[in-house]
Amino acid sequence: MIPLLRHIFRTGILTEPAPLAEDGPQREIDRLHDEILHILGRALTIREVDAGSCNACELEVHALNNPYYNLEGRGIKFVASPRHADMLLVTGPVTKNMENALRIAYDCTPDPKLVVAVGDCGCNGGVFGESYASCGAVGNVVGVDLRIPGCPPTPLALMQGILAAVRISK
Amino acid sequence: MYLCDDNGIEFTPQAGIGAPVWCGRATDGEALKDFAAAARQVGGRITAIWGSDERQRGGGFRLHCVFGLERGHAWVSLELPADDPVYPDLSAIFPTANRMQRATRDMVGIASTGGDQRPWLRHGGWPADWYPLRHDAVHETGVGAGFENLPSDYDFVKVGGEGAHEIPVGPIHAGIIEPGHFRFSVVGERVLRLEQRLGYQHKGVEKLFIGADIARGAKLVGRVSGDSACAYGWAYAAAVEAACGVEAPPRALALRALLLERERVANHLGDLGALGNDAAFAFGLTQFFRLKEDWVRLNAKLFGHRFMMDCIVPGGVTVDPDTAALAAIVEQCGAIERAVKELRELYDEHPGLQDRFATTGTIDSNLARELSLSGMAARATGILLDGRAHRQGYTPPPPYAALGVRPVTDERGDVAARVAVRFDEIQESLRLLRLLAVGMAAGETRIEVAALAGASGLGVIEGWRGEVLVGVQFDGEGKLARVHPHDPSWQAWPALEHAVMNDIVPDFPLINKSFNLSYSGVDL
Repeated sequence: MIPLLRHIFRTGILTEPAPLAEDGPQREIDRLHDEILHILGRALTIREVDAGSCNACELEVHALNNPYYNLEGRGIKFVASPRHADMLLVTGPVTKNMENALRIAYDCTPDPKLVVAVGDCGCNGGVFGESYASCGAVGNVVGVDLRIPGCPPTPLALMQGILAAVRISK
Repeated sequence: MYLCDDNGIEFTPQAGIGAPVWCGRATDGEALKDFAAAARQVGGRITAIWGSDERQRGGGFRLHCVFGLERGHAWVSLELPADDPVYPDLSAIFPTANRMQRATRDMVGIASTGGDQRPWLRHGGWPADWYPLRHDAVHETGVGAGFENLPSDYDFVKVGGEGAHEIPVGPIHAGIIEPGHFRFSVVGERVLRLEQRLGYQHKGVEKLFIGADIARGAKLVGRVSGDSACAYGWAYAAAVEAACGVEAPPRALALRALLLERERVANHLGDLGALGNDAAFAFGLTQFFRLKEDWVRLNAKLFGHRFMMDCIVPGGVTVDPDTAALAAIVEQCGAIERAVKELRELYDEHPGLQDRFATTGTIDSNLARELSLSGMAARATGILLDGRAHRQGYTPPPPYAALGVRPVTDERGDVAARVAVRFDEIQESLRLLRLLAVGMAAGETRIEVAALAGASGLGVIEGWRGEVLVGVQFDGEGKLARVHPHDPSWQAWPALEHAVMNDIVPDFPLINKSFNLSYSGVDL
């Protein structure tokens, strides 16, 4: 236990605003955190739905919870059920085989709900486009409030997008 | 020449400097089956099965089977008549052939005579008698156009007996993870059987390759499984280069290995964190995700992309790090090595964590061989198989041949073993990265590759999960006629079904994470 605590202590709090001169992203993260708190003043819950991605977008969504971005530390939480969610964060393209599941998840999310399409594929079908197996953009299947482009979008872009979606809904 | 004491098929080595591949044609289905049996006899693996439509090129259909042998890979093709494309079932010899055979039937409409005949990639999105990879399979796209997306029923294997019941999970899982369906048959908390149903990520990747040029193919292949962008990029590049008779320059090869090892370390770091988290040790997630973030930020800084997508292309690489960049890599290797060593001690000495890891999700080396398992999960059962390392009769492709890769094994076969292999592989990759960065060859990083009409090639790369394989065929105009990317998860998903048997349901997330398989890579 002692070595563990020592390690935690030595690591320190990485989310604190102490950016080095060249550490641009950190300053931006802190600004975003403040803005999210200012706008929301409460928690936001997100249900992430992978509707057909190559899993790179998922890696970046995971990164949102690393100590640098620390999204959950600011009251933005990923939840297991769409019934507990304020926002659906959907990566695409939406495959035919996931079309139905995405619709069900959408219907299960209580109103008012926000839908954010993530990645080039979620925004417009990306490299996969529309085909016999792909419905393409998330917007082709459910209503979308905001699109976050990128292949995959960086965690910073994801944070900005989530914030912008909340702002739109206000 | 002949391989594995079977005289039915004559092989010729594939030209070029990639991983050793021998190409051969089976005269008929029986010859293929005999070869498969002989391969199994000598401890070989079924690595991939796919089909191609050759009717426009004056043939019928063609079945492609790749077998992993001690000395390299044997790529066997079998011509099938256009009117009755049927071949003998290989699943009695290699059980993991089943899903590949089912996918081949769904995609190209060539069928095996036996084995599991349920659809695999086709759910309800297109009709059963319409095969996407046939050249005459035209369809309309766009919202509301094309085929009606019908709900599909699936005939799961039922487990009976008193107290036995089912837990259906997915396709949308509780976490931030790709979709797939898991059907658990349980008694109390004990898992009697797990049956996976995948295909939810099927987005028609293979069809998109048809008629594409080399560059478009490179873009697509890097997105087959985003966590393995470099492995796929390299396997595809190796296949195209072998087909077109060109060799990437030495500096490009060294940089490819550098990118691939960085990809391996990134994924292993993430997995070690997630494995701690799945055993309720959030400290592990925080610490390893911090290291991973440092790692991918340097990727972004040096190579312009956090996951190094599109960095490896046929002919070479698109990146050219200078001395300062290579020095930054060496420096980071030292920092990460120190941090991982400390964390390993904490993991190893944490009784709660070890209690969850040890003896959980066990598979042994016999089962791993039976299932043709490759890569990290196979090495965690004690099988010494690593495409980057020398072994009896096998010389790894450059630059690995000169690096002296020390493959890592652990004989326990449980979650703890897969954790330990990851820890050791990180250290080994860091060593390789230093060697590569310090001894980086000078010279050009990319040469032109002109498509060679009618040519074909196969590329095999040891990705972080296991053998990543890409088969490429060009048509008469030098466009891609067929590309088949193959993920090691094809073999590892069935291994996961076995690993959870007799463990408890709450251990499934941990066991699943210890394999961390790709859905997109197999659903295509």
